Amino acid sequence: MSHLLEVKDLEVKFALRFGELIAINGISFTLDRGERLGIVGESGAGKSVTGFAIINLLSKPGYISAGQVLFEGQELNQLPEEDMRKIRGNRISMIFQDPMMTLNPVLTIRTQMVETVLAHQNVSKADAMDIALEKLKKVHIPSPEKRLHQYPHECSGGMRQRIVAAIALLTNPSLIIADEPTTALDVTIQAEIMDLLLELCESEKMGFILITHDLSVVSQVTEKIAVMYAGKIVEAGSTEAIIQDPKHPYTQGLIKALPGSLQPGTRLNQIPGMMPTLTDIPPGCAFHPRCKISDTVCQAEVPVLISIDEYDRMTACHMVK
Amino acid sequence: MFAFIVRRIIQAIIVMLVISLVGFSIQHQIGDPIRDLVGQRVTPAEREVIRDQLGLNDPFYIQYARFVKNACQGDLGLSFFYKKPALEVIVSKAPATIELVIVTAFIIIVLSIPAGIYSAIYPKSWFSRIVMAASTIGVAIPVFLTAIALIYLFAVELNWLPSFGRGETVNIWGWESGFFTWDGLKHLVLPSISLSSIMLPLFIRLVRAEMMEVLETEYIKFAWAKGLHRQRVWYIHAFKNTLLPVITVFGVQLGILFAFTILTETVFQWHGMGFMFLEAVERSDTSLLVAYLVVVGAIFVVVNTIVDIVYGFVNPMVRITGTK
Amino acid sequence: MKAWNRFKSSYLLYSFKRDRVAIFSFSVLSVLVIISILAPVVAPYNTYDTATFDIMDAETPPAWMEGGGEMFMLGTDIQGRDLLSTMIYGLRVSLIIGCGAVLLQAFIGILVGLFSGYLGGKLDSFLMRIADIQFSIPYLIVAIFTSAIFKLAFGVGRYAELAVPLLIIIIGMSEWPKYARTVRASVLGERNKEYVEAARVIGIGRWQIMFRHVLPNTLTPVLVISTIQVAEAVMSEAALSFLGLGMPITKPSLGSLIRAGFEYIFSGSWWITFFPGVLLIIFILVILLLGDWLRDVLNPKLYKG
Repeated sequence: MSHLLEVKDLEVKFALRFGELIAINGISFTLDRGERLGIVGESGAGKSVTGFAIINLLSKPGYISAGQVLFEGQELNQLPEEDMRKIRGNRISMIFQDPMMTLNPVLTIRTQMVETVLAHQNVSKADAMDIALEKLKKVHIPSPEKRLHQYPHECSGGMRQRIVAAIALLTNPSLIIADEPTTALDVTIQAEIMDLLLELCESEKMGFILITHDLSVVSQVTEKIAVMYAGKIVEAGSTEAIIQDPKHPYTQGLIKALPGSLQPGTRLNQIPGMMPTLTDIPPGCAFHPRCKISDTVCQAEVPVLISIDEYDRMTACHMVK
Repeated sequence: MFAFIVRRIIQAIIVMLVISLVGFSIQHQIGDPIRDLVGQRVTPAEREVIRDQLGLNDPFYIQYARFVKNACQGDLGLSFFYKKPALEVIVSKAPATIELVIVTAFIIIVLSIPAGIYSAIYPKSWFSRIVMAASTIGVAIPVFLTAIALIYLFAVELNWLPSFGRGETVNIWGWESGFFTWDGLKHLVLPSISLSSIMLPLFIRLVRAEMMEVLETEYIKFAWAKGLHRQRVWYIHAFKNTLLPVITVFGVQLGILFAFTILTETVFQWHGMGFMFLEAVERSDTSLLVAYLVVVGAIFVVVNTIVDIVYGFVNPMVRITGTK
Repeated sequence: MKAWNRFKSSYLLYSFKRDRVAIFSFSVLSVLVIISILAPVVAPYNTYDTATFDIMDAETPPAWMEGGGEMFMLGTDIQGRDLLSTMIYGLRVSLIIGCGAVLLQAFIGILVGLFSGYLGGKLDSFLMRIADIQFSIPYLIVAIFTSAIFKLAFGVGRYAELAVPLLIIIIGMSEWPKYARTVRASVLGERNKEYVEAARVIGIGRWQIMFRHVLPNTLTPVLVISTIQVAEAVMSEAALSFLGLGMPITKPSLGSLIRAGFEYIFSGSWWITFFPGVLLIIFILVILLLGDWLRDVLNPKLYKG
C-alpha cells in the first residue's frame, strides 16, 4: 500500500546572481491518509519551501534540483504544468500564513470560493455556490450566506482564516498543507483554528502537514514530527517520542526554549547563536557551531538520519548513539 | 460612500473657484472689455461713461462676484476677434479637441494595457525588451517632434495620410464630427498617434510595473495554489488589482493630454480649442483666453472628480472607509 | 581631499563605473554642456551678432548635399544663420533656462516643504492646499498660460528682451509643488527621528534644527527628482518656444529653431528642423538616462517613478 505522500531526497536550490543557494538539502519523509505531520524549525530552515516544493510552486529563482515528490504514487515534480494545476487546490490544498494577504482584496468571498470549485469540477455555478455554503458551515462560520457577498476586509482575522480553511476543503482534497496558519492570529483564535483543522482532518481522513515554528501547537496537533535545520531534517519520528525525549541537541534546545516548561521568574533557555544563512552553511553538521556536545567529527562529516532506538524516531547526530 | 462623493465635489468646487479667481484677475488686469465691446475708436469721455455702465469702477470683489455669477450662467465675456460670446466660440471648437482626445485615449488604452501585461508576465522576451527600450527613448522625444516626424514620413514622403486640418466633417446637432467620413478619419490618424506618443511610454511602464508588483503578492500565489487556470489568475485576479492605480493615473493624465493638444493642434492646424488658444494669444483676445482657462479648468476638475468617484466604486476598500 | 577620497571609494562611483549606460550618458552630457558653455569659442559663428549673417544665405543645405558648402556645416536657417552655431547657442539657452528653472523650483519647493513638514499645523494645511490645487492642473498648462499672459502683459518686444529670466520664472513656478511634496514627505519622516529630539532637548533653536539638521537628510530624494526635472524643464522650454511663447527667433533656443524650420519641411529644407530636433532629443535622453541610473543607485526601492 503506497503512501499518500512520499518525499525522497528532495533538493531545492535558488539560482541567485552571485551563486546558488541550497534551500533544501536532501530531505525525505512519508505521509499516509489521515496522518498528521508537523514540519518544525526556525525561520529560514526551509520549512515553507518544502510546502511549496511539494506542489511545485516555488518562486522564480527557486527550482527542484534533485529528488522526488510522490503523491498517490504519481511523481509530481516531473508533471507538466497543466497536470500539476489539476492537482493543486484539488487533490492537495494549501493554507497560507496571513489570511489578509491570502485573499484577493478586490474579489468577493463568493468569487474566490466558486472559482476554485469551477476550476476543478464540472458543475454549474449554482452547485458551486452550494458547495461553498456547505464548507463555510463546516468551518462554523455564522450566517455564511451573508459572508459570501462580502469582501475579505469586511471579515475579522479569525473569520478569514476559517474561510481560507473552507476554500482548502472545497474539493475534498486528500492532503492539506498548512504553512504557519496561526502565526498571524491571536492566541485564542489560534486554538480555535487548530481545533477546527484537527476536527476536519479526522472526519475527512485527510493527510495534514503543519509547517510551523511553534512547538507547542505541533505537540498538540500532530502525530509525527520532522525537525528541520538549515535545509535538512535533523530529527524525525512520532510526536510523543520526540517531545518527551528529544535526542538531537537542536531539538532539545527547542523544547527547553519553550517558556511553558519553566517556573515563572526563571530565565528563558536560549540556544546560543543563530541559524546560519543558507549561503553560509558550516561544513559537516550544520548545527555544530551552536552545539554543546559537538566534537571534531561533527565538523568533518555530515550526520545521517538513523534510527537509534526501538521508538519510532530517527536522529541525525554523531554524538547520539 | 455618499460622504466621500460629497467631499470630492466640495473639493472640486473650491478648485473651480480658485481657477475662476485667477481668470478674473487676469481679465481685470490685462483685459480691455471696452475695446471688446465697442472697438477702439471711442473718445476717453465715452470710455468713462461706458466704464461706469459696465461697472468697471466697482471694487474688485464685486466685479469678481459678478464674473462668477455670469460664468455660472454661461456668460464668459465677448471674444474680441470673433465678435461672439467667448463660450460660444469655445464650444464650437470643442468637438475637434474632444474627438482627438477620445481617439488618443482609445489608442493608449488598447496598446498600453496588453503591452504592459505581456511584458510583466514575460519580462525577458525580446518583445518586452524592445517595448521597454522604445519607451525609454520615447519619453525623451517631445510631442511636436514626433508629430513633425510623422508628418514628414507619412504625408510628405509617402503621401499616405493628410498632414493638416480635420478633413470632411459631418454636423450632428451642432457637433462637427470627423468620425463619420473616411476623410475625417484619415485626418484623425496622425494627430492622435502623435498625441498618444506622449503617454504611451508612461502607461506601458506603469501597467507593467503594477502588474509585476501584483504578481508577487501572496494572494496571487494563493490563486496559483488553488489550481486556477492561468488566464483566470492573470486577467481576473491580477488585472483588477493592476487596474486601480492605472485608473487614477489615467484620470490625471487625461488633463495633461488636454495640455498637449495645444502643441499637437498647432502642428496639424487642427482647429480645436488648443489652436484657438494660441490664436487668441496672438490676437490679444483676453476674454477668449480667460474663457479657455475657465472651461479647460472645469474639464480637468470634472474629469478628476469623476475618476476619483469611479475609483471609489471599483475599489471596495475605499467605499467603506470613505478615504483613499 | 577627504571628501574626494570618500567619493572615490563610494558605492556611487563603483556602481557608475559598472554601468555602461551611465558612463555613456554622462560622457555625452558632459560634452554637450562643455560645448554650450564654450559657445562663443566653439561655434563657428556668433549668431547673435546680426552682422555675421546674410539673408541671401538662407536655406543653404548641409555641407554634404548639393548646394551646400564647408562654410555652413549643417546648412543655414531661414535667416541665413549657420545652423550649427545657432544650435550650439540654442543648446546653451536651453541649458541655462533648464537649470535656472530647476534651481528656482527647488528653492521654493524645498523651503515650502521644509516649513510645511516641520512646522506643521495650519501653515502645513494652507501650503499643501495651494500645492494640491496647483498640482491638479498640469504643469504644462500652467507654463503655457503664464507665458501667454506675460506676453500679453509685456508686449512682444519687451517679452523677447526678458525672455530668459521670464522663462526661468515661468517654468520654475510651474513645478515647485513637486519639490515641496517630496521634501515635506522626507521631513515628516525625519522629524520623528531621535537626532531631532536630541537636538531639541539640548535646546537648539527651531530654525537651526530645520536647516542644519533636518534639511541635509532630506536632500537625497531632491537630487533624484532633480535630473528628471531638468529634462522636463528643457522639454517645457522647447514646447513653449515651439508655440511661439518662448525664446524669440532672434535668440532662438532649439524649440524656436524647430518652430521656424517646420514650415520649410514641405519645401524641402528639412535640415532646419531635423538637426535641432535630433540634438534636443539626445540632450533630453542623456539627462533622463543619467537620472534613471541615479535613482536606481540612490534608492532602488522607493522611487519607482
